[in-house]
Amino acid sequence: MSNIVTVENLDLYYGDFQALKKVNMSIQEKSITAFIGPSGCGKSTLLRTLNRMNDMIVGIRIDGQVIINETNIYDSAVNVELLRKNIGMVFQQPNPFPKSIYENVAYGPRIHGISNRSELDAIVEKSLKQSALWDEVKDYLKKSAYGLSGGQQQRLCIARALAVNPHVLLMDEPTSALDPISTLKIEELIQELKQQYTIIIVTHNMQQAARISHDTAFFLHGEVVEFADTEKLFSNPDDQRTEDYISGRFG
Amino acid sequence: MMTRRSQFEESLKELSSEIIHMGERVEKAIHLSVQSLITGDLTSAHIVISQDYEINALEEKIDNIGSTLIATQQPVAKDLRRILISFKIASDLERMADLAVDVAKSAVRLGENHTLKLITDITKMAELAEQMTNESIRAFTEENIDLAYKMAKMDDEVDSLHSKIMHELFTHIANDPQSVNKAILVGFVSRYLERIADHATNIGESVVYLVRGKRPDLNQ
Repeated sequence: MSNIVTVENLDLYYGDFQALKKVNMSIQEKSITAFIGPSGCGKSTLLRTLNRMNDMIVGIRIDGQVIINETNIYDSAVNVELLRKNIGMVFQQPNPFPKSIYENVAYGPRIHGISNRSELDAIVEKSLKQSALWDEVKDYLKKSAYGLSGGQQQRLCIARALAVNPHVLLMDEPTSALDPISTLKIEELIQELKQQYTIIIVTHNMQQAARISHDTAFFLHGEVVEFADTEKLFSNPDDQRTEDYISGRFG
Repeated sequence: MMTRRSQFEESLKELSSEIIHMGERVEKAIHLSVQSLITGDLTSAHIVISQDYEINALEEKIDNIGSTLIATQQPVAKDLRRILISFKIASDLERMADLAVDVAKSAVRLGENHTLKLITDITKMAELAEQMTNESIRAFTEENIDLAYKMAKMDDEVDSLHSKIMHELFTHIANDPQSVNKAILVGFVSRYLERIADHATNIGESVVYLVRGKRPDLNQ
């Protein structure tokens, strides 16, 4: 497998506060990478850096490089809308649009120029199948997305992200608002999706990181303390701070 | 910030102290069974045989504490290794206690007024096996890898004593065919002590695994 995302010497400042310190990381294509660490450690900040979701924040400054598919995404020539199409994102709270299930999924492809009805139908069906929601909603596509359960709404948001055919899927605590059964469904789904997509997930649930990811990065105070094979990181980490955190002795 | 896991820590400590307790019981069982064999005083042998169930119960207790911790605390890394080796050490100790029972039963079969040949070598082996048992548990308590390796080295001496005893027994049987039953018992005792030393070596390996996260082969 080759690297799809490479972060080089990344420093990020919110005003005077340095939120990321000299982060270096290579993420393999079609793998699942988990970011773990206590609140405020920089893991979500790094995730949002990968599709430039931080751009709108006032006073932010970024040094270093983020190279995705051989392009430095902070290069001035980069089209940010296209970047975010290629690097999709799913958030902590399911955030469907106040539209029908169908329109939620068709929204992205429409924006990117697809108007042919049968083409849109095919994309909606494929995306909902990929997100393991199709069987539950195929007869209710015109109904409001708000009628779905939290777990279903989150899978709808994943379908919406997949509909524009991204290369990388960023997930920011995608199951923290869900019940255990919905959480396991999303985890199963993530395992399925890695066959086609590169997935980077921020999670506060260490068992979740251990269950689903290939590689895990442990963040502390804006630094990547340890980035390793998940099995290695959870069974015999190199750094004592990692061991203290994963075994619940932190602080 | 997470809180420290005081209840979990307490249970891990309890697990370790049960292992230490079990180790002491096993060491005592080995000592009594060998003394019984050497002195012909069978009281000690009967104590070892009749109290073995208590050592078995300790293994069960350690298994229960460990499995409850796995089920309820999601241990990882060194915590998980500590629980895994507790199962393994308890199993090694239980086997060592059974071997002590075998030595005790051999003492009973030999009877009170035996004239046991090779008593010097058997005594030497027994001392080494006891020392190894003691040091293996001490290596566990102190998480002392150097001691684990040093202890495992003694196994070579035990093995060569075993070979020497077996060799001499063959000569002995050839010269005195009448003594074959007794000689076979002595051969078995030598084998039991050699196995006890192997289990002590396994405990040393578990200690290295606990500390380093990698399993060495101290039996080589």
